[in-house]
Amino acid sequence: MSVTVPRPKLNWRERLYLPAIVAGLAITFKHFKNMLLGRTKVTMQYPEQKWDSSLPDYYRGAPALVRDEDGRVRCVACQLCEFICPPRAIKIIPDEIPSNDRFAKVEKYPEEFDIDMIRCIFCGMCEEVCPEQAIFLRKDYAITGFTRAEMVHHKEKLLEIGGVMHGVVLKWNEKK
Amino acid sequence: MDSFLIITSLLKIVAILFLILSMVSYAVYAERRVSAFIQDRLGPNRVGPAGLFQPIADMFKLLLKEDFTPRNVNTFYYWLAPCLAVMPAIITIAVVPFGSTLFGVPMVIADVNVGILFVFAIASLGVYGIVLAGWASNSKYPFLGGIRSSSQMISYELSLGLAVIPIFLLVGNLRLTSVVRYQIEHGWFIAPFIGDWTNPWKWLLTIPMIISFIVFAIAIFAETNRLPFDLPEAEQELAGGYNTEYSSMKFALFFLGEYAAMITGSAIMVTLFFGGWHFPGIPDGSRGWVFGLINIAVFFAKVAALIFVFMWVRWTLPRFRYDQLMRLGWLFFFEIALVNIFIVAAILSLAH
Amino acid sequence: MPPFLFWTFALLMLIFGGAVIVNRNPVASALSLVVSFLGLAALFMSLDAYFVGIIQVLVYAGAVMVLFLFIIMLLNLRVEEQRQINWLAAAGGIAVALILLIQIFFVVGHFQAARQTFPALARSTTDDVWNIGALLFSNYNLPFQIIGVLVLVATIGVVLLSRRERR
Repeated sequence: MSVTVPRPKLNWRERLYLPAIVAGLAITFKHFKNMLLGRTKVTMQYPEQKWDSSLPDYYRGAPALVRDEDGRVRCVACQLCEFICPPRAIKIIPDEIPSNDRFAKVEKYPEEFDIDMIRCIFCGMCEEVCPEQAIFLRKDYAITGFTRAEMVHHKEKLLEIGGVMHGVVLKWNEKK
Repeated sequence: MDSFLIITSLLKIVAILFLILSMVSYAVYAERRVSAFIQDRLGPNRVGPAGLFQPIADMFKLLLKEDFTPRNVNTFYYWLAPCLAVMPAIITIAVVPFGSTLFGVPMVIADVNVGILFVFAIASLGVYGIVLAGWASNSKYPFLGGIRSSSQMISYELSLGLAVIPIFLLVGNLRLTSVVRYQIEHGWFIAPFIGDWTNPWKWLLTIPMIISFIVFAIAIFAETNRLPFDLPEAEQELAGGYNTEYSSMKFALFFLGEYAAMITGSAIMVTLFFGGWHFPGIPDGSRGWVFGLINIAVFFAKVAALIFVFMWVRWTLPRFRYDQLMRLGWLFFFEIALVNIFIVAAILSLAH
Repeated sequence: MPPFLFWTFALLMLIFGGAVIVNRNPVASALSLVVSFLGLAALFMSLDAYFVGIIQVLVYAGAVMVLFLFIIMLLNLRVEEQRQINWLAAAGGIAVALILLIQIFFVVGHFQAARQTFPALARSTTDDVWNIGALLFSNYNLPFQIIGVLVLVATIGVVLLSRRERR
């Protein structure tokens, strides 16, 4: 079934078309003038002005590993994050902790922990799945590099971004 | 005497070419800034102070891009088309008086007695570049763009030509320098209050003059393929139109041609309707070279103001549909321009 | 006008005039014709006939040939390029052209006024646009008016034809 859309009846002033053009030109000129006089402020000049201070708490930036207050890497190399990661950006090579080590009771630690930041989609699933609360999405967003190799964050880099997390982080508390 | 003429002409040609080309590159910059400001953005502001060196960066970008020739194009015409697109727009400026005199040399490259006809003749050659680009690209969207552009330009040349006839009825001579001289004596065509404002016939003549200005301006918009009449290069419909298959400097030449056409169009409008290089209270170059320079500056300031209007309109109005464009040209502006000639002729015969 | 300019434009005209016939590609032919017209316009201008020269460009190169090109572009050019040359017709055409050329040389050779060198043209002091206008509105007023009416009728006809059919 075809629907005929009725054309609106225009009076002579609308049919003349010019008043509408002039009105439109007036609107655009108003915008031009306000911008020229600096009354409109919508653009943030990025490298000079940053929005770091106004980032919301739930912002998901670069994933990072954290240490606890004793300086131990919290990660126990369970590889859950590697398993859950949708774009498969995480690669973990676990290793055994020698028995004479201070933290020998933990058994495993990540020998290597790589996150390919070209692949990472900042979904935050690694953070959600982590049983040890060892990986977090931080607020770093400017992740750059000249080569693909540079864009892979190794363990040192991840720990550097992550820093130290004190105490037990009760991230599920409000959901219990 | 002859060698003096040749040397001054060459100097003028080089100067005006340099001026036009630099104006083109800054028109592109201005277009980006104006469009940004109208849309509450900032536009290019990084290269140099307030982004003023952006045209140089653009030029390097376009020069360093890969100059790609698609396999199935008609190579000779594919290469010829960009050159043909630039040439007419720049040649047209030869007859436009862009200043009074400087050290006794008239500031017009060729003051021919068929001035305005020369402008139309050369401007009408501009369509070849676009048509050939569309045809030689051997691709459907450029082809549609070429077809659209040729029919559009032929249609609007009529209203363009008819719209200026009232002016030459008044001036009685096709030279563009005499148009300017007439306006200095009798006031600008668009603003008769400059000069002798007590003459009632002049006020009566203003009405057809404004009509003819509007028709001429709209026809110039159509001739230079600017929005709201940019159907030959409608990005949303034709993926870029006639220049789709072009890259690097060849694409830049089309771009250059479009902006050069806009500048010459503005220059002709300034000459015909806005008194050329004349500004009330400023004497011409015979009083000293300073005034000669000021006259040139006045002319180019007027041109720049009109270019701003071009951009302002472009970022305000949506594109016309193709049948609307053709109907507007043939059934509306053509008739208005025709009737306008009769009105002016009637007023003139009554006034004498 | 220096003679070398005359020869340049005359040769340009002749070469591209020949190219119109020789080219197998209709678009190339049309463009050659445009260049030929431009050469002709330049020759007109060298005779101080600016108006005729510029009208030549405006009407033929700017309007008529664009329409030609417009139509040619819509043709299937492959068919045109693959067409066999009819050598008999070509020979006939060349023969006719040669006969015409010989005739022209013969007539011009026997025409007394053409045998002497013409004096150099004085630089015209009057406006040729004005002259043509004055001539059209005095001596040839009636034919001019008739042509005007004819063109007006044609224009109205075009407008009528381009109107949409009312249902």
